[in-house]
Amino acid sequence: MRKADLLVDQGDMIRERTANGRPNFFTRVNVGDRTYALLLTALGGAVLIVAGLIVFVLWQSAHTALATHPLEFIKGMDWDPVRHSFGALAFIYGTLVTSALSIIVAVPVALGLAIFLVEIAPSGMRPLVSFPLELLAGIPSVVYGLWGLFVMVPWLRERLEPFLGAVFGFLPLFQGPPLGLGYLAGGLILAVMILPTIASVSIEVLKKVPVSLKEGSLALGATRWEMVRTASLPYSRAGIMGAIILGLGRALGETMAVTMVIGNSPEIHASLFSPGYSLPSVIANEFAEATDATHTGALAALALILFGVTVLLNSIARLLVRAVGRGPARA
Amino acid sequence: MKKILAVCLGLGTAALAADSLLINGAGATFPFPLYSKWFSEYNKLHPNLKFNYQSIGSGGGIKQITEGTVDFGASDAVMTDEELAKAPDIQHIPTVLGSVVVVYNLPGIDGLKFGPDNLSGIFLGKIKTWDDPAIAAENPGIKLPQTAITVAHRSDGSGTTNIFTDYMAKVSPEWKQTVGVGKSVKWPAGLGGKGNEGVTGLVKQNPGALGYVELAYAIQNKLTAAPLKNKAGVFVKASIESSTAAAANVEVSEDFRNSSVTNADGKGAYPIAGFTYVLVHKDQKDRAKGEALLHFLWWAVHDGQKMAAPLDYAPLPSPVVKKVETALKKLTIDGRPLHFAKS
Repeated sequence: MRKADLLVDQGDMIRERTANGRPNFFTRVNVGDRTYALLLTALGGAVLIVAGLIVFVLWQSAHTALATHPLEFIKGMDWDPVRHSFGALAFIYGTLVTSALSIIVAVPVALGLAIFLVEIAPSGMRPLVSFPLELLAGIPSVVYGLWGLFVMVPWLRERLEPFLGAVFGFLPLFQGPPLGLGYLAGGLILAVMILPTIASVSIEVLKKVPVSLKEGSLALGATRWEMVRTASLPYSRAGIMGAIILGLGRALGETMAVTMVIGNSPEIHASLFSPGYSLPSVIANEFAEATDATHTGALAALALILFGVTVLLNSIARLLVRAVGRGPARA
Repeated sequence: MKKILAVCLGLGTAALAADSLLINGAGATFPFPLYSKWFSEYNKLHPNLKFNYQSIGSGGGIKQITEGTVDFGASDAVMTDEELAKAPDIQHIPTVLGSVVVVYNLPGIDGLKFGPDNLSGIFLGKIKTWDDPAIAAENPGIKLPQTAITVAHRSDGSGTTNIFTDYMAKVSPEWKQTVGVGKSVKWPAGLGGKGNEGVTGLVKQNPGALGYVELAYAIQNKLTAAPLKNKAGVFVKASIESSTAAAANVEVSEDFRNSSVTNADGKGAYPIAGFTYVLVHKDQKDRAKGEALLHFLWWAVHDGQKMAAPLDYAPLPSPVVKKVETALKKLTIDGRPLHFAKS
């Protein structure tokens, strides 16, 4: 039996033992214990109730206001508040594209940073980097948005987008005039925003890798990179997936920063240079001044879709975590 | 003796009520700086009266006054028939005027003028480049580049957009048919920026961009606005005076709901201007609050108007003030009209 399999087996045994050995709070006679159990159950239930209420209220508002079929609404491309014609597809597309882009850009950088800090950098350097990293995570999103609009977007328009257009212009992704504002700007600003989250969680996860595992790997003749690849990363992949889910959650729901750089036009284009729109942005933009019931209803329906998209992506990610977390480490 | 007692009692309750009198309002963000100034100045005159105003947006203002959670609402746009059906007891009171200016960014080029046809053509996406013959015809002597026009508009629902689209619909039948009027519309062309600062950002950074922002914002940020051709055929620069002039010749209805002042008559009238309103119940239920609120509004459209121009809002022209006086006098408290002191 391989070493890693052994580890997993042991883990299962431990889990079983604690599961059997755990005292069942509800059957116990002790009043203090029972009150404690009830209190915690109520607190846990409150989360579900709040989530349920949100869905219920949104559904009520959306349902009474939307005459069109829900599927028609999701497939619809038109967004015309004056004529009460509403469709969500452009917003869903924008949200998915910018979030995917941000993950693609942020994950390698964040992981590289985390591996560097944990495995390679001198230990004195870690707080020097992790402090500003946490600071970055705390910056209000509107500040990121303004920075994006006034610093990043001009740079995109004048440097990055013309460059990408010249080199990769044969791909539909990088065609069209470089406007600066658009999916690319939205995705990049999100990447900057979720990078600290993913990096700092990954650092914590990588730090938890047992030294014995790493030393064993080195003792078997692995280089430092091989040690990271065969010992550290497989051991912490569930945690790293968790970090990515956290980042994705922030990217999906981010409002202000995205709306300032995405161009805010409800269209679908293949090119990342084109302006688009995202679900949270349109809600934030139009809700305060929406007065008639159809318009607010349509916005509530968008919120419901955003809720659905988040739940869906999180469930997929969770299944993924379970899949990678279960399997034996590849040596 | 009885009389004295009654007076004492009356004074006592008035003082008691005044001690804790707080008037709640919510609504439009556009007039918020001026309203704050008004509230603090009025508070100096009436130290027992405090205002609490939440600038949550016109839509929020209409919702809250309809639901009765605030004592007054504020909106940049008049309530629609549908909205008014839910709260038929609402009176619109115009407080000041704002206007919308057109700003552009063409390096090395200054002094462009726009007529209604060109402006609507650009925003409809039909005039695509700066060297379009129609723009050149209106601006003789200016050498226009071949640059594409990037249209910048507001992405957030806003009273500014409402006034702008109202003007567009008046001067362009095609606009009226395809886009319409509203705080959020389906734009035929261009990019959306959030807030005045978002639109300004788009315009400043993109050579060839053109957008609209509200006058107060343009003045405070020293943006050069293009003169626009008004109904009389005169090119007028946006200013406080030309915005007030826009409302001077307009026949406003008594409920002020039919009071669009875009594309107004008059040689000095700036074509894209509009009122902002306070929304109050025609019959006030709470005596103390109702009295205080109506007296405050009276003060706001008289003494308060002097504070408008320094904050870059256009004061109401005197014919409109007269109309507001009539409207305020018709408001009642518990079914009885309130007598206003001459001010």
